[in-house]
Parts: sequence; structure tokens; C-alpha cells
Amino acid sequence: MTALALPHGYPLSGRAVWAVALALTLALWVWGQALLPMAFDYPKAWQIPAARWIGAAITWLVKDASLGPVAFSDLTRAIAALVDQPYQLALGLLANGVQQQTGGVMVQHVPPVSWVAVIGMVAVLGHWAGGLRLALLMAACFGFIAVFGQWHSAMVTLASILVAVPLGVAGGLVFGILAWRHPWFERALRPLLDLMQTMPVFAYLVPILILFGFGPTAAVIATLIYATPPMTRITTLALSRVPDEAHDLARMVGCTPRQTLWRVLIPSAREPLMVGVNQVIMLSLNMVIIASMIGAGGLGFDVLNALRRLDFGAGLEAGLAIVALAIALDRFSQAVAHRGTAPAVPGGVIRRHPYLAAALAMIAAGFVFGLLIPAVQTYPDAARLSTSPFWASAVQWINVTFFDTLEAVKTFFLVWLLVPVKRFMLGLPWLAVVLLLGVAGWRLGGWRLALLTAGLSFLIAATGQWEKAMITVYLCGISTLIAMAIGVPVGIAVAMRDRLWAVTRAVIDTAQTLPSFVYLMPIVMLFRVGDFTAMIAVVAYAIAPAIRYTVLGLQSVDPRLIEAGRAMGCTPWQILTRIRLRLALPEILLGLNQTIMFALSMLVITALVGTRDLGQDVYIALTKANPGNGLVAGLAIAFIAIIADRLLSAAARNARARLGLGGQA
Amino acid sequence: MSTGPDTLICRNVWKVFGARAADHLTAARNDPERLAALGLIPAVRAVDLSVRRGEIFVIMGLSGSGKSTLVRCLSRLIEPTAGEILFNGQNLLTATEAEMTRIRRHKMGMVFQHFALLPHMTVLDNVAFPLEVQGMAQSAREARALEMITLVGLTGREASYPRQLSGGQQQRVGIARSLAAEPELWFLDEPFSALDPLIRRELQGEFMRLQSRLHKTIVFITHDFDEAIRLADRIAIMKDGAVVQIGTPEDLVLNPATDYVREFTRAVPKAKVVRLASLMTPGPVPGDMPRLPARATVADAGPSFLSGAAQVGVTEDGRAIGTVRREDVIRLLLGGEA
Repeated sequence: MTALALPHGYPLSGRAVWAVALALTLALWVWGQALLPMAFDYPKAWQIPAARWIGAAITWLVKDASLGPVAFSDLTRAIAALVDQPYQLALGLLANGVQQQTGGVMVQHVPPVSWVAVIGMVAVLGHWAGGLRLALLMAACFGFIAVFGQWHSAMVTLASILVAVPLGVAGGLVFGILAWRHPWFERALRPLLDLMQTMPVFAYLVPILILFGFGPTAAVIATLIYATPPMTRITTLALSRVPDEAHDLARMVGCTPRQTLWRVLIPSAREPLMVGVNQVIMLSLNMVIIASMIGAGGLGFDVLNALRRLDFGAGLEAGLAIVALAIALDRFSQAVAHRGTAPAVPGGVIRRHPYLAAALAMIAAGFVFGLLIPAVQTYPDAARLSTSPFWASAVQWINVTFFDTLEAVKTFFLVWLLVPVKRFMLGLPWLAVVLLLGVAGWRLGGWRLALLTAGLSFLIAATGQWEKAMITVYLCGISTLIAMAIGVPVGIAVAMRDRLWAVTRAVIDTAQTLPSFVYLMPIVMLFRVGDFTAMIAVVAYAIAPAIRYTVLGLQSVDPRLIEAGRAMGCTPWQILTRIRLRLALPEILLGLNQTIMFALSMLVITALVGTRDLGQDVYIALTKANPGNGLVAGLAIAFIAIIADRLLSAAARNARARLGLGGQA
Repeated sequence: MSTGPDTLICRNVWKVFGARAADHLTAARNDPERLAALGLIPAVRAVDLSVRRGEIFVIMGLSGSGKSTLVRCLSRLIEPTAGEILFNGQNLLTATEAEMTRIRRHKMGMVFQHFALLPHMTVLDNVAFPLEVQGMAQSAREARALEMITLVGLTGREASYPRQLSGGQQQRVGIARSLAAEPELWFLDEPFSALDPLIRRELQGEFMRLQSRLHKTIVFITHDFDEAIRLADRIAIMKDGAVVQIGTPEDLVLNPATDYVREFTRAVPKAKVVRLASLMTPGPVPGDMPRLPARATVADAGPSFLSGAAQVGVTEDGRAIGTVRREDVIRLLLGGEA
């Protein structure tokens, strides 16, 4: 702290500061229109033309930049080749087989691995990692995909996941280890990771499109940018959490630095690292639909296409296929994380590697039988199920029958909640908001935080995005409030009931493995496009962390304190309000933080259903392949996320300190 | 318990945490307030001690007394700020990192409080790990590891993983691993603190049995004074980073140097620590008197007094050297100083 921080007891501390700041804001709001118009509309002449600069920089990169004799475009081409080779291999194995173009016709020389063999292999993998139950679950998920006729698309998607995940894990490990070894590297990396994780994916799709061209390779690279940061963070964290004794052991037995890292530290950090691998898988799947905008193909393309055609049945089926893939891969990677290494069995090759032998036998059998019986090679069209017409008619029925009810609900919310709040937010002078954010930063975390919050919010105004940013904030704010208003009571209700919590947790765990697009579809079906639809989708997506953190906070309250409360004769209500909720406050604040992050990431996607906020800017920039606008709008969203995150983290930290709870928030 | 010449000698060893500790230490070492003002935290202060070949040297202190820091200074896991550490005459503090690695690989073994077993390896691989790191061939190191596993009584559990073992068994693996490379100097950092009392006793017995076969030079860290008394040839008591007193268990009980040491010894049953030699009146021993060696404790003489003897004879190497009277024993046990 510096001279700016007033000592305690000084007349101008605490509430006084807030009172002054609020009074200034009010004054500016009421009289500012006439006295200081620039506080409302950021003067055009002072705008920072960031979009133009970024656009020019990227053009320069593609056209002129070079490192000595190697042009930048050569470098991107080399990276693309590096990704493309394994992708083509995986694609050939799973989806296309070995093809050759002869005389304008694709001729398949060798078919891909048959669907029966893939399901068999998946079951073998499941059995290896988690026993019979997992084997059945995984086979069922893949079976579902085959039965609903999504096989080819799903294999295309799986191929890109199979390439993206190892690359993402390896990259995350390398960066994580470097950050753990060299503190300066970590300091340099951290803000970059923050940006990568808070910036909406749409924003960097355009630069990638320009640098790597349209196609699966560019999609894999976008996926990598999205999925690598958590692995990096987890690696650094996991390595720094390895107990000191393990380091001592390594030195006492005389390990070289390399032996220390690979033989002692990384194996000791195995479980958290596997959580990171799981994250990479789930985030890669989350990217499937968005990545299809720059040419990923597969299931994502099917969903996007269906959404554009408003063919909900088809979209739902492809979406559910992604969910099936997500569930199978999620459970599989979790099982691998918890799986112990089995003792080595003596014997021949087959006895020592029964799973490998079974998988190879399955492929061979699939190949041979596939040549004899076509139904084994490719899932027969005749046996396909499709629920698409059913969904289409169901939606039609609901819309016809309940049209008035739905319309009334929507209008009610729009007229009484959304529109008034939107008007209010748009009417606020930007200068006052920047000031208030600065004061909040200063009160919660000192002058550094104040500089950060005020600075970032000023940059949003200075790049001419204030109005759209306010629409983002208003939608995000209302959705977050509603999500918390539902999530916290639900959390309170289930926290103390073990069985209910187990069920709830299973539901929200599954909900979080769903790609965010899946939320959008049924809501668009019922309410069509617009702010209200966006709000419902965001609330549905963001409610999970609100519940989860509330429960976490309530459950981590020291049971001795509750016992003490009961001994003093508190009623259950008093125990809840006086003890549990007070002590759970830091966790609930973190839950709020997460809810906002979820809401923001969903908000960008809702731009597809016609909101008029920053998300839409990003999306429009994508369709026009305009990298500057997209990145600037994306950065503005990232800034909003960073401001909210820093303020709430500081508040949670203060709450923890005030309650005397140890540890970092 | 015969012990040889000094193997490990510490001279004026300091460990001070803080920025540029070494520069400031020379000027401020005798002035705790000035050290604190410079933001330096002394964890080990001016420690002088020597460990003899084949002896069990226990460093005892409460948490925060600097004992764990000190033992890590001895193997240079933590770099001491100042002083000299001589191991077989070689100053470890001037050794290069490569030399230290060689010494740690071949001359030192360490047992950790929380076992520090590698979770992804079997018992056999864990025990063989130090040898693997040295580059020993698989068959040779596995044979050696099996030998160690047999030594600590875990035969049949080679293929288990650490998480499948109880705490006591895990620490047996830790002990086997620390002995695999046949170290000369054996560090044990609170090896039994994480175990429950019954298992702790069992492993203490096991440890004494091992030492009676192996005759290692041992530095044993503990916060448990009873454990120190039970195991030690000599004990160093640490407080606030400095050694308060070094002596045999008997020395500490009979002649505590400070009130702090006296506080620990108060609850120790003297009969189990004090040896007959300390109570003895030199002189001739009549032939009909029961005889005990000078190294026996007062408690060992109990049965003789209970069966009616008024005095017992004391012998050294079979030679009679004096007598202990029943009154001397009673005065000792009833609280009078010996």
C-alpha cells in the first residue's frame, strides 16, 4: 500500500469514500448531460483506432514479416503441416480409409476401421480403464452415435480431437514446466493465459483463418489455443504442490535434474495432471461447433448447419452425438486418472498385453468381416433411427398450443425487466462508471487493482465500444443475478441432504460436459431469437457453478462451529443465516465469479440468436473476415471478464481474511 | 554400542533465511535484534556437534527448533549460510554439486517423516529406485532390493503399491530404500512421528534390531523426548535454532544444563536411564553379593533388590569395581538428586 491508502479511522475511509463516489456519479448523471457531454459519449476524435492497427498488423504478418530468410507465412505453413499429418492419418483410420482421386472420382482403396471394431475397441479401452461398467457405458455412447446415423461425422470430429488433445497436453506440459522452473516465464505467461481464457473464441478465429486458411487444420489450432491454457496452469500448480519430501528424496538418492522431473515429480503429480488432461478433452469438445465455423467439419458442422436452417431435429441429434462423445471421453479420462497401475503379469506377449491383443484382434476381425458383410463395415442405413421429424412436430405442437403463454412470459420479462435495465445501463455516463470501478478496485485491493479496473474500463470506452459493452454487461448482469437467485437457494436446499446432493451433482456434472450450443437450441425453438432467449440460455448454462460453489462453501463450514451453535440453542434458521452462510461467503463469492465467467462465455454464443452486444460484433467480424474488429470486441469482453474476476477475487480474499480462514481465495 | 572416531563434524553452522543472508550474517550474527531488523530469520544458529562412527545421534527439539533444517544442512539439501561440515575429514560445504551427488548416492541414506514413497512404483521399484538412478543393471538392483525388503520384514509385498500398505509398512519400505545403496551415514527425519503409538514402538524396536546388525552412523531427528531416550547413544537438544545441550540420556537426566532441558527430563523415569556406574560407591565386592555390569540401568537391578539384597555389586568387563546400596536407589527414585 502507498500513501493513497488511508489509515484506519481516518474520516474519509470506508463508507465515506463510497458516498463521495456515488454522489459524484449521481451528479454527473443528472447534470452531466449539459455540463460535460463527453462523459456520456466518448469523443470520436480521441478514439484509439485499435481495430485498424490490428488489421494492419495482421496484414503485415501475412505479407511481409520474416525471421531472416524464413517468411512468417512459411512458419505458419510449417505448423499447419505438423498438425495436418497426424490429422490425415486419424481421419483415414476412422472416417475415410485410404482414398485416391482417379479421373474426378474418389476411389476408396482400403476402408476405414469398421464401426463394429471401433465400438469393440472403445469397450476394451473402457474395460481397461474402469471395468465392465465403463466398457458398457462407452460402447453404449458410441452405439447411440451409430444408431442415430451420426457415425461418419462423429469419426471426423473424433479424429480432430485425437490430434488436438495430445498436442494440447504436450504443449501445456512444456509451458507449465517452463513456468514452474522459471518464475520470470510464469510472470510473463500469466496475463497471456488470462487473456486466452477470457477472450471469446470467435475473436481469434479470424486471425487464425487468415494465417492458416479455412479447414480442419485451422480448426485444430484454434482448439489448441482454447484448450491449452488450463493444462499449463494445472501443470505449474501440480508441480509446485509436490511435497518437499519428494524433492529431498530426489536429491538424496542423487537424481539428475531430468530424473528428478520425469521420474519423481511428474509421477507424483499424476492425479492433478490427469485432471488437466480431462480439461483439455472437454474444452476441445466444447470447441467442436465453434471450430466448424472455420472448417472443422464433422458433428459441429452438422449442428451449425441445422441451426442455420432452423432444423431443430437434425441439430438436436448431432448435438446429442457430441454429448455422447463428451460423456464417453470424460468418464474414460477420469477413470484413467483414478486407475492404479496393475502389477506386471508374467507370461507371453498376449498374456502380458491382453487389452492390446484384444483391440488388434477386433480391428483385424472387423476388416475381414467388413469385406464379407457390408453391414459390419458401415452401419446399414436401413437400421438407422431418426427422431428428427418427431422433434420438429413436437416443437410445432408446443408453439401452436402454447404460443400465447410463451409469448406472454417473454413479453412480461422484456417489458418489466430487460428493457428498463438496458435503458438505465445505456444512460450511465462512461466516466462515472470508470470512476466507480476505480474506487471499487481501490477499496478492495489497493491502488494496483484500481489502476487495472479503471484502466481496462477506460480502454473499452476509448476504443469506441462503450454502448455494446454496456449491453453485454446488462445481459450478463441480469442473467448472473437470476442464476444466483436460483442457484444459491438450490445449493442451500441440497447441501445438507447427501442423497439429493449426489443426484444434483450428477446432473450439473453432466450439464457441464454439454457443449454450450446445446443449451441454445431448445430455447430458440420455444422463444425464437432475441435478448430474452439469450438470457434464458445464459442462465441455464451459468447456474451450475452457482449451485456447486454454494454447496462447497456450506459443506466446508467447520462442523464444530455448527455444533457450538446448536449447543447454544440456535434454531436451524439461525444456524443457516448466522453461521453457515456467513462462513460460506467467500466460496459463494467465488461461485458468483465463476457464474459471471460462464455467463460471459455463453453470451458470445448467443450472438448467434441476435443480441446486439459485443458478442455480435465479434460474430459479424467473423463472417466478414475482419480480424481487427473481431479482436478488439473480443478484447473488450476479456476486459469485462478480467475486471469482474479481479474485483470478486479481491472481495473473496478480504472476506476470508476477515473470517480468519486461512489459505488463498 | 561401542563407538568410533568422529565421522561427521559440524563447526559453527548457521542457516539464516532472507535476502543476502550471508553478507549480513558476519556483521550481525551475535545480535538477534539486528538480524530481525534486516528481515533475516535464523533457523540454525552456531551449531557445533560431532557424530561418532557407529553411534545413534539423536537431535531432539520441538517444532520450529530448527532440527529439520539442521539435518538438511548436513546433507546440503539446504545450503548452510556459514560454517563447516566435515564428513570423514572432507568439508562438504566446499564440495561441488557433482561431488555432493556422488556422496549422497553412495554414502548417505535418508528416511522421511511422510515416507516420500513414489506412488506409481511397486515396493520393489521404490526400494530399487536409488540404485536405478545410479545406473545399476536391473537384475543386480532387484536382487539387492529384495535383500533389503527381506531385511525389513516385508517379504511377499514386493509387487504391492505404496497405497496398499499400512503406514508402518510404508515406513519399512522407506527404511529399506534408504539402506539400498549401503550408505555409511543414515539420516532419519522424524521417521516414526506419523505413525500411531503401538506401531511406533514396534518400529523403534525394529530400528534397534537393524542397527545392532548394521552399525551405521546415524543422525535421528525427533520431537519426542521418550523416543530420544529410548534410542540414543547421545542426544542434542535444540531450541530456537541453537543446540542447548549434548549428552547421553543419563547426562541429560542427571545434569540438565538449563531449565528447558530439565522440563523435558522431569517426566522420564530415572530408573530406566540412570546406570549403576553413576550410583556406585567404588570398593571391593563381597563374594555372595549379586553382580551386575556397570552399564545396566537401575531398573535392571530392581529384581535383585526386591529379592532382598541390600547392595548389589557392579562389574566392568567381569571385574568387580564397586557397590550400589539400596538407599542410593531409593534416594534417586524419590526425587533427591543423585
